[in-house]
Amino acid sequence: MSDLEVFRQETREWLEENCPPSMRSPVIAGEGACWGGRNWIFESEDQQLWMERMGAKGWTAPDWPTEYGGGGLVKAEHKVLKEEMGRIRARSPLDSFGIWMIGPALLKFGSEELKQQHLPPIIRGEIRWCQGYSEPNAGSDLAGLQSKAVDMGDHFIANGQKVWTSYGDKADWMFCLLRTDPEAKKQSGISLMLFDMETPGVTPKPIKLISGSSPFCETFLDDVRVEKDQVVGDVNQGWTIAKYLLTHEREMIGGMGLTGAGSKTLGKIAAQTIGTTDGRLNDLFMRTDVARWEIDAAAFALTVERVTDEAKAGQGIGATSAMLKYYGTELNKRRFETLLKIGGSDDLIWEGDVSNNGWTARTLLRTKGNSIEGGTSEVQLNIIAKNILGLG
Amino acid sequence: MALVLNEEQQMLKESAQGFLSEHAPVAELRAQRDAGSDTGYSSTLWGQMVNMGWAAILVPEEYGGLAFGHVGMAQIVEQSGRTLTASPLLSTAILGVTAINLAGSEDQKTELLGAIAGGELTIALAVDEKIHHDPMQTAMSGEATDDGYVLNGEKRFVVDGSTADKLIVATRTSGSLGDMKGISLFLVDRTAPGVNVQRTQMLDGRNAAIITFKDVEVTADALLGQQDRGFRALSATLDAGNAHLAAELLGIAQESFDRTLQYMKERKQFGALIGSFQALQHRTAHWWSEIEMCKSVVLKVLQSLDEGDVKSPAFVSIAKAKLCEVAELSTNEAIQLHGGIGMTDEYEIGFFIKRARPAQMLFGDYNYHANRFALISGY
Ligand SMILES: Cc1cc2nc3c(=O)[nH]c(=O)nc-3n(C[C@H](O)[C@H](O)[C@H](O)COP(=O)(O)OP(=O)(O)OC[C@H]3O[C@@H](n4cnc5c(N)ncnc54)[C@H](O)[C@@H]3O)c2cc1C
Ligand SMILES: Cc1cc2nc3c(=O)[nH]c(=O)nc-3n(C[C@H](O)[C@H](O)[C@H](O)COP(=O)(O)OP(=O)(O)OC[C@H]3O[C@@H](n4cnc5c(N)ncnc54)[C@H](O)[C@@H]3O)c2cc1C
Repeated sequence: MSDLEVFRQETREWLEENCPPSMRSPVIAGEGACWGGRNWIFESEDQQLWMERMGAKGWTAPDWPTEYGGGGLVKAEHKVLKEEMGRIRARSPLDSFGIWMIGPALLKFGSEELKQQHLPPIIRGEIRWCQGYSEPNAGSDLAGLQSKAVDMGDHFIANGQKVWTSYGDKADWMFCLLRTDPEAKKQSGISLMLFDMETPGVTPKPIKLISGSSPFCETFLDDVRVEKDQVVGDVNQGWTIAKYLLTHEREMIGGMGLTGAGSKTLGKIAAQTIGTTDGRLNDLFMRTDVARWEIDAAAFALTVERVTDEAKAGQGIGATSAMLKYYGTELNKRRFETLLKIGGSDDLIWEGDVSNNGWTARTLLRTKGNSIEGGTSEVQLNIIAKNILGLG
Repeated sequence: MALVLNEEQQMLKESAQGFLSEHAPVAELRAQRDAGSDTGYSSTLWGQMVNMGWAAILVPEEYGGLAFGHVGMAQIVEQSGRTLTASPLLSTAILGVTAINLAGSEDQKTELLGAIAGGELTIALAVDEKIHHDPMQTAMSGEATDDGYVLNGEKRFVVDGSTADKLIVATRTSGSLGDMKGISLFLVDRTAPGVNVQRTQMLDGRNAAIITFKDVEVTADALLGQQDRGFRALSATLDAGNAHLAAELLGIAQESFDRTLQYMKERKQFGALIGSFQALQHRTAHWWSEIEMCKSVVLKVLQSLDEGDVKSPAFVSIAKAKLCEVAELSTNEAIQLHGGIGMTDEYEIGFFIKRARPAQMLFGDYNYHANRFALISGY
């Protein structure tokens, strides 16, 4: 047996022993997801067990170095782990902005002290992070941000307002972009800083969304003290790091276009809801919509696989995150439009058991944000045109 | 299997790129067309392709071939989509080889596959009878006699049907329209008595044919595979054909894109390069993203054919459908973004749409394959 086959065998056995049966079903549109953190209330004992076991093994962050508590897996092993988890339909043990966003940025740009301080609690799901990028007047044009941090000698004092801070009211720490040099040209005077959300002067206020839930906040910063050692990279050099982090965010959001192993296909849902005659869906126009979506979804899933394999083989053009973000989120929006049509008028019912409290309608509304958050579709198209196609 | 080319496949891609862009560029297609070529392709070029072993790529080693697989073959096909190279590669070296290899007797394989690999034999596959592809609707009759069969019926859109030495003909020997069972494949000489070939020059400048069979007598050994059980091999042959058509369409889409992108960096209007207009940038970025999707589905279907994956029919229909959609987008955007010059015969960009449409329609267009994919998926 090759090393990889041995690894697969061991992984399979370990998962068999350690993944509670109730954790072996897909998380659909966030339901049942585990976010961890100081304030997290576990949905079940199994959810806690699963997060803690995976965290202890470092498999919440499988490819991070073991010295910070990560799994230390090479790409091929990471792929095996994903396949083996997919095989038993194991859900993600931990969803985390720490793992998706600030962690990779710390690994690449952070000081040794920052890595030691922040990475282990992220991996174990003990600290939950939020992202303080957008401001009322700085959305797509992020570099136009105005919230600032002033150097007070042994610390900084931050003031300003952030907006659309996802889970700002639930998170423990924020990674935040702040202007540290008001004189410098837009991109050059920005720093990436970290602070505890319990620091005096930090006030997140939830904003209600069209879906009815309040996953994000406006966050006010009034004379917030930020320690000097909590600057990632150098002062005024935050823009490069912010962009690096955004590529990770995009890949994560683009992944929403993937239906996920084990969840029902649109075709199956349609067949069950609408019925078939001679193997064909009873509504032929619907059937066309579903087939079109399924074909595009298959193409997208294969593209995610291909660019990953190309990166592993050192081929390909890289810089594909903008394309995956654009395509994946537009696909996810179409998925829910099609689901709503399949579900019919019952799925328009906002509350009550018939529609599972308007699950499809609410999720459809939430997906509209997919092509806005992390950089809008238009911004992704700009990035492709300029950076990949060389159109000026 | 990782969705990347291995080193040998990459090398073949590069050598095909070099050879075809030098010996068979789009100008060659124009020359063939303008000269009113009978064959629709250059025999000299085909000879060179045979010498490089391209006709032998799908032929198993024991029959004198290279057994290099579909991924390898498709590297050539994709390049020939970029250069719009006309040749018997699809009808002979892909469809002919696949059908004979799957259905043929030991004798047939020994004789025919060797001849194809050596460039001594060309083949055309005669399936369609109506204006839309639907192999289960095969109606042409094959009636058993004492010492063979008599064939009667009509086939259309037979690519290379006016030039091929032999035809592989799908006929109904039993059952009724719509049945899978009852279809048989026959090998028939194009020049056999009763075979009437009407050449139809297509919009891509290539040849197809409408072929009528009137009381065509063939001996029992003309049967390719078992009587009444030809559908499996036919279907697998069409799958291979569609996978390679998808690869060719990928080449067409990419070349249309590359040429247009280049043009956007040269053409000025309103005192600026047209590539600087955001309305065009977004269309182009979307178009590029769609082509990225195509690369993945094409590589996947080819690998699945090489691996004999049971899911390959689904991958075939995903790939062919997606490529039909994106080739249509690509060839249309190419003309539109070129403006008036894109409409001229003198400029090469207009040749791509003319090859794309027949390649899309051959063996099933978007609708055919979306329908097939839905059926395979249970809805
Ligand atoms: C659900 C959700 C969660 C979010 N979570 C967070 C978070 O946790 N932290 C955080 O910091 N931010 C978060 N955001 C904010 C998000 O990053 C911004 O909404 C996004 O960058 C767009 O900025 P904006 O809303 O100001 O829109 P604007 O930038 O004002 O854009 C308005 C419209 O103009 C278009 N547009 C703008 N510029 C251009 C251009 N140059 N070319 C073409 N079109 C253009 C846009 O595409 C859009 O359609 C979240 C947003 C959403 C919807
Ligand atoms: C069949 C046909 C018949 C014609 N007949 C006549 C005739 O009888 N008399 C006559 O004088 N002319 C005629 N024309 C010419 C026609 O008016 C021009 O082709 C047309 O105005 C476009 O100009 P162009 O070809 O130079 O393309 P370009 O202007 O070079 O355009 C190339 C591409 O860039 C795009 N583009 C250009 N500027 C912008 C912008 N600012 N923003 C976004 N996109 C832009 C265009 O939409 C196009 O997609 C004819 C053209 C055709 C195809």
